[in-house]
Amino acid sequence: MTVPAEKLRLGRVGESARRTDAVPKVTGEFAYSSDAYAAGMLWGRTVRSPHAHARIRSIDVSEALAMPGVHAVLTHEDVPGEKRYGLEFRDQPVLAFDRVRYFGEPVVVVAAEHPEQARRAADRVRIEYEPLEPIVDPERATEQEPLHPDRPTMGHGYRDDPRPNVVRSLVIRRGDPDARGDVSVSGVYELGIQDQAFLGPESGLAVPDGEGGVDVYVATQWLHVDRDQVAPCLGLRPEQVRIHLAGVGGAFGGREDLSMQIHGALLALHTNRPVKIVYDRQESFVGHIHRHPAKIWAEHRATRDGKLVCIRVRILLDGGAYASSSTAVTSNAASFACGPYAVENALVESTCVYTNNPPCGAMRGFGAVQSCFAHEAQMDKLAAALRIDPIELRLRNALAPGDSLPTGQRITGTLPVADVIRRCAELPVPEAEELPRDPIRLPGGAGNTTRGEGVRRGVGFAVGFKNIGYSEGFDDYCTARVRLLADGSAEVHCAAAEVGQGVANVILQTARTELDTDDLVLAPATTSSVGSAGSASASRMTWMAAGAVREACRAALAERERTGGEVDVERVYRHPRTTPFDPETGQVTGERAHVAYACAAMRVVAEVDVELGLTRVVWIGTAQDVGRAVNPQAVEGQIEGGTAQGLGLALMEEVQTRGGLITNASFTDYLVPTTLDMPPVESVLVEDPEPDAPYGVKGVGEPPTVVSTAAILSALRDATGRELTRVPVSFDEVVGLD
Amino acid sequence: MNVRLTVNGEPHEAEVWEGESLLFALRERLGLPGSKNACEQGECGSCSVLLDDRLVCSCLVLAVQADGHDVVTVEGLAEDGRLHRVQEAFAATGAVQCGFCTPGFVVAAADLLEHNADPSDDEIREALSGNLCRCTGYAKIFDAVRLAASQ
Repeated sequence: MTVPAEKLRLGRVGESARRTDAVPKVTGEFAYSSDAYAAGMLWGRTVRSPHAHARIRSIDVSEALAMPGVHAVLTHEDVPGEKRYGLEFRDQPVLAFDRVRYFGEPVVVVAAEHPEQARRAADRVRIEYEPLEPIVDPERATEQEPLHPDRPTMGHGYRDDPRPNVVRSLVIRRGDPDARGDVSVSGVYELGIQDQAFLGPESGLAVPDGEGGVDVYVATQWLHVDRDQVAPCLGLRPEQVRIHLAGVGGAFGGREDLSMQIHGALLALHTNRPVKIVYDRQESFVGHIHRHPAKIWAEHRATRDGKLVCIRVRILLDGGAYASSSTAVTSNAASFACGPYAVENALVESTCVYTNNPPCGAMRGFGAVQSCFAHEAQMDKLAAALRIDPIELRLRNALAPGDSLPTGQRITGTLPVADVIRRCAELPVPEAEELPRDPIRLPGGAGNTTRGEGVRRGVGFAVGFKNIGYSEGFDDYCTARVRLLADGSAEVHCAAAEVGQGVANVILQTARTELDTDDLVLAPATTSSVGSAGSASASRMTWMAAGAVREACRAALAERERTGGEVDVERVYRHPRTTPFDPETGQVTGERAHVAYACAAMRVVAEVDVELGLTRVVWIGTAQDVGRAVNPQAVEGQIEGGTAQGLGLALMEEVQTRGGLITNASFTDYLVPTTLDMPPVESVLVEDPEPDAPYGVKGVGEPPTVVSTAAILSALRDATGRELTRVPVSFDEVVGLD
Repeated sequence: MNVRLTVNGEPHEAEVWEGESLLFALRERLGLPGSKNACEQGECGSCSVLLDDRLVCSCLVLAVQADGHDVVTVEGLAEDGRLHRVQEAFAATGAVQCGFCTPGFVVAAADLLEHNADPSDDEIREALSGNLCRCTGYAKIFDAVRLAASQ
C-alpha cells in the first residue's frame, strides 16, 4: 500500500491564507491597468472643461489634428451610438455637447504616438465657451434653473419632488414625529467632499478586434455594467465589447462610474490601433466622482433616563452635476440617519440636489458615513445633557434583532449592536504618555514644534451601522462558473472585481472548501467567459461571490456524480429579495428594503495641541460585527484601512472648490493619512453568523469607515470641549482654548 | 536622446525624449513597470527606486539624469529566485492589499533595513512617511518591516 504524499493545504473558509496575488505584487510583476501594453499602441488624452458651467459655442480640432504624432481628435459628433451614459441614469454625455456642467467634464479626446504629443495636441484644441452662472450652493439649488430639465431620475418610483435640481428626496415617517421627550438636543453638522484617492490612477487599454468590436482592459468595480454602458455608446452589441479586469490599484467606490472606457474604445475603433489612457493625479481628482458633501440638521428627544423618544433629521447632499449613484446614497443616508438605535418616532428627510460642483457618487460608507458623523455627535450631546455615560446611553438604546428600524423593517438577521459596544468598551485604553517625549509622538509630529505643553487628551466613542448588498428591489445577483477537468483539477470563473479587498481569496477559499482540493485556479475576470458578478461595492462581494461559487461548486460535484465526466456549470446566486420604500412614507413595502446590516463600535484616544491647533490620534480600538471571517487577516486589513480613510475625513481630507472649480487636485494639497498619522488599531472580530448568508459571512469593508470619523470627532470634542460640527476639522476650531 | 544606465545589475540603453522621467523610461522603454505611477509628483513614493544606492522618487528624476548611473528597482530585489526578506514579510503579514504602493514600500523598507538593521517603531514610521498607502492603514506594513528586521 502506498502512502499518498501529504497534500499542500492552501486556505479554506475561516483561515488567514496568504493572498493569491501577494507574491506578484511584492515583486512588481503584477500587471495593473496602467501597466497595460500592446505593440503599436497610441496614447489617449482627454480635453476637459475649465469651467463649472458654460455653453459650448464651438469646437475646432483642426490645429490639434495637424500636430506631430496625432492620429485622432474626437468630439461628441464622433460618438456613433448613444451620446449619453450613466451608471444608473443615462444623463452624462460621453463627450460634452451644448454645455458643460462641471469642472473637468470631458469634451474632446485625442490619440497620439507619445503621451506628450497627445498632451500638446490637447492644448491646441480650440473650444469657445460662454460661461454661465454656476450653481454652487446646494441650499439654493432647488430655486435655480434646472441643470437637467428632462429630470432623468424621475419616474423610477421615487417620491415626486417637483423642485428644480432635485436628484431624489426621501422622507421616512415613523410613529408620531412630534412626540416630545424630557430633553431635546439639536445640532447642525457638515462634511466636506472626500476623495477616494486610490493610488492606481484611472487607466486602461482598448484594443480593436478587427471585426468592429473592441476589448477593453481596465481597472473597474463591475465589468458587466461597464460593458452595458460602453456598447450602446459605440453602437455595438454587448458581445462586441469585452471588458477584462486589469490590475486594480484600489477603488473605494471611485471606479463604479466609467472613466476611460468609452473614450479609449472610441479612439481605438477610430484609429484601428490599441489605445492606452492613463490619468495623472490631477486628472484623477477631477475625473471621478467623490463622496457627497452634506449638511445635516438633527434633533434628538429622549426621556430623563436616556431612552430615545423621537429623532428628527434633515439631510442635504450635494450630488454635483450628474446623477451617478446619488439616488442610492440619498436613501442610505436616510436609512441610517438615526443610527443603530431603537426609536419609535422619527422624521427623516434626505434630499440630494444637482449643482455645478464636482459630481458625487459612491465612496466607502456610501451615505452612512455622513449620517453617522451627525447621529453620534448627537448621542454624545444627549449623554452630556442627561449626565449619562455616553457608552451607557448607547447601550440603553442599542438596536437588536427583532427590533424595527424607522423604515419599518424588522431586523431578521444578526445585528449585535450591544455586543460590539461592550466588546469595544472592554478594550483597555492606553495610559497617557508622560512629557517630555520624542516629538514624533506629539501633535505636529516630526515638525518638532513644541514640547507638548499645550497638549490635551480626549477619549471618544462611536457606533455605526450600514447595509450589506444592493437594496430597494434591485435584482442583485452574482454568477460563478466551475469546470471540473478530467485530471482532477478545477477552474473557477467569476467576474467579481479584485480591487485589493481580497475577493480573489474569498473565491479560492470557498472553492477549495467546497471541492476539498487545492488543485484549482481562478480564471481571469472578464465579461467573455462568465455572467455578471455584480459590483465590488456595498460590502456585498464577499457574501455574493461566496454564495455563487459555493452553489456552482456544489452543482458541479453533483453533475460529475451523475455523469462521471468533465463538467462545466454556471450558477447564479441571489440574496433574499428586497422591495422599494413607499414613496410617500418611506416605509418598507415588503419584508425588507435592505438585505442585511453590519455594525461596528470604535473607541479613540486623541491629543490636541490647543496652542497650535494640531491633532494626533494616539490609539484606536474597535469591535466589528463581521458575521463570519472568511480570512481573519484580510478582515483586520479591511478594518485598519477603512479606519484610516475615516481618519482622513475627520482630520485632513477635503476636495476644495471655488465657484465649482477644484483648487487642490494633487497629493500636495489634498492630504491623505501617512505612516505618521495612523495610530495602532486594535480590532476585535465579533462573529455572529448571518443566517441568510453563505457560511454566515457579512461584508466588512465599510463599517470601519462609517464609524471612525465619528469616533475621532468624539475624542477631539472630549479633548477640547468644543462642538466641532464640521469635518475635516480645521486648525482654527481646536486652537486657542483657555 | 540616448541613455545608458545599469538597472538591477544589467546594462540598458534607451532612446528617450528629454522630458521623460526615469519612471517613464523604466516603465515604457525598459519593460520594467514594477515602479508605480500613482502621483508622478514626488508625493506618494510609489515610484521609489535606488539611484546609486540612494532612495529617490523616480518620477522626479529625468531619464537623462540617470545616464551612466546605477538603478535598482523592485524587480531587482529578489535574488536567485528567492524573495528579498522584506518582500517575503509583506506577503506573509498581509501588508499587501491593492498593492499599488507595495513596490515603493518594499524598496523604501529594504533601504531602511540596509541602513538601520533594527529600527524602532518610530523610526519605521518616519522612514516610510514618504510612501502613501490607501488600503491598509499601515498597521500590517509596520508588522512586515518588524518581521523582516527580525530575520
